[in-house]
Amino acid sequence: MTNATIATPRRARGGRAVRTGPLLAPAVTLLLLWMIVPLAMTLWFSLQRYNLLNPMVTGFAGLRNYELLFTTSAIWISIWNTLVLVGSVLIVTIVFGVFFAVLFDQPFFGRDVARLLVIAPFFVMPTVSALIWKNLLMHPVNGLFAWIAKSLGFPAVDWFTNLPMTSIVIIVAWQWIPFATLILLTAMQSLDREQMEAARMDGAKGPAMLWHIVLPHLMRPISVVVMIECIFLLAVFAEIQVTTSGGPGTQTSTLTYFIYIKALLRWDVGGASAAGVVAIVLANIVAAFLIRTVARNLDK
Amino acid sequence: MALKQSRTTRVAIALLGWGSAFVMFFPILWMTIAAFKSEIDAIATPPKLFFTPTLENFAAVNQRANYPLFAMNSVIEALGATVLAILIAVPAAYAAAFFPNKRTKDLLLWMLSTKMLPAVGVLVPMYLIFRDLSLLDTRLGLIILFTLSNLPIVVWMLYSFFKDVPHEILEAARMDGAKVGDQIRYLLLPLTLPGIASTALLSVILCWNEAFWSLNLTTSKAAPLTQLIASFSSPEGLFWAKLSAASLLAIAPILVFGWLTQRQLVRGLTFGAVK
Repeated sequence: MTNATIATPRRARGGRAVRTGPLLAPAVTLLLLWMIVPLAMTLWFSLQRYNLLNPMVTGFAGLRNYELLFTTSAIWISIWNTLVLVGSVLIVTIVFGVFFAVLFDQPFFGRDVARLLVIAPFFVMPTVSALIWKNLLMHPVNGLFAWIAKSLGFPAVDWFTNLPMTSIVIIVAWQWIPFATLILLTAMQSLDREQMEAARMDGAKGPAMLWHIVLPHLMRPISVVVMIECIFLLAVFAEIQVTTSGGPGTQTSTLTYFIYIKALLRWDVGGASAAGVVAIVLANIVAAFLIRTVARNLDK
Repeated sequence: MALKQSRTTRVAIALLGWGSAFVMFFPILWMTIAAFKSEIDAIATPPKLFFTPTLENFAAVNQRANYPLFAMNSVIEALGATVLAILIAVPAAYAAAFFPNKRTKDLLLWMLSTKMLPAVGVLVPMYLIFRDLSLLDTRLGLIILFTLSNLPIVVWMLYSFFKDVPHEILEAARMDGAKVGDQIRYLLLPLTLPGIASTALLSVILCWNEAFWSLNLTTSKAAPLTQLIASFSSPEGLFWAKLSAASLLAIAPILVFGWLTQRQLVRGLTFGAVK
């Protein structure tokens, strides 16, 4: 054992005899193709006049698609909607995630079962959760919420007409709170109990402990949650498609949904591609920031 | 926690815990109950808590939509993509974990960054490529897309599991002349089986619930369960009991799956960054 330990660095260097190229090649090649081919096509189309419904309109468009795109307010609204959706869901899931992590870290009767119930929404497919919320809960006439409101003497809320973005945030947050809870709960379990005990002896109360001990400990897992949620939240699609189809008007049309409408409902490939390029740029701004966070996490 | 708590605090915590659990689980519970109601009971106001349970909705869903075909598509596409992704990712993760060099970390981060590429940004090209290659509405088409979109995460997860295997074990085997393939097959895979299993499970869950590509690139032949459910959002969506039954059928397998594997999932979900 001692020999092996001492010899390890030398042999590891000698271990270069294993050629890693062929091992990495399949994954790298595929991902490279997956990234470059559609990306290049999107860029190319974005510079073309290209509408599948009107084959007569062809040719190089220059930056016309971008010009049209940015002179309509729809693109700005959808970028804003995207940021609102991602931002609100992140805040809600992290607040509830921390709360649930602390709560379910405490021992109580049947805790393990309760935990399973809390994380369940994470496994529900987006189309299903959208439909349950839309029909069974938020329906303005027969929905459960409407009935509760009426029984309490309030008028029923027509969620998707009057509070469309709030409704979508609620649904998406419901799906992602379990994820934050799961990650943060695991992190809680590695919290130094003796340190907490000592702090308590010194008379630290709940809020102070949360602020000075628990939250700092959770910073790294929170950054992981933010990163992974961003990847998935920027692409939220089914929830919008099933509930509001981007409406009313453009109130819940995120960038993803905006491009979808342009591309597959209006067949305006040029315009949709230009918007796609915008989406890619936006995602990369987010990614550049996030990737740096992950990189720091890797250097632990 | 070893901290002393008063009786009231403990009761309050238990109530709060169960209350939160109930609220979070409620939509699923409500849907499950609705699945066993008659259509009239399902839309009744005030909501009916006591009713005669019926299985007619499940029969109706099956009659209307050939549920087994959708379920089979979901299973084949999720498993196919998962197996493929793992086969491609294992060698890459092996190389990254045991023979890292200066560029390894950049390579891994680049892989992850492809996951940030918004699918919608490349929807049009993918649609056209699929159309030209006759991959629209085929299982193979979705398997390829799911494989590619999960590959970065699968590589990362496997990498984090492989990194924990002591190098000496594989080195000893190498000294004895074991080829790369043999090391992977006889040592690495058995040693990291739980990690590979949780990677596979997460990949299956992600594929099972994926909606963007499957809603846009399949119509009938290769459509998975996400598509079946979406078809209930049409004006006919007022069949709440049937919708609930279909939903229950679609999520039950993956929900049980998730519950059974939740502990391992966490590790995988965070690429081992949170222990």
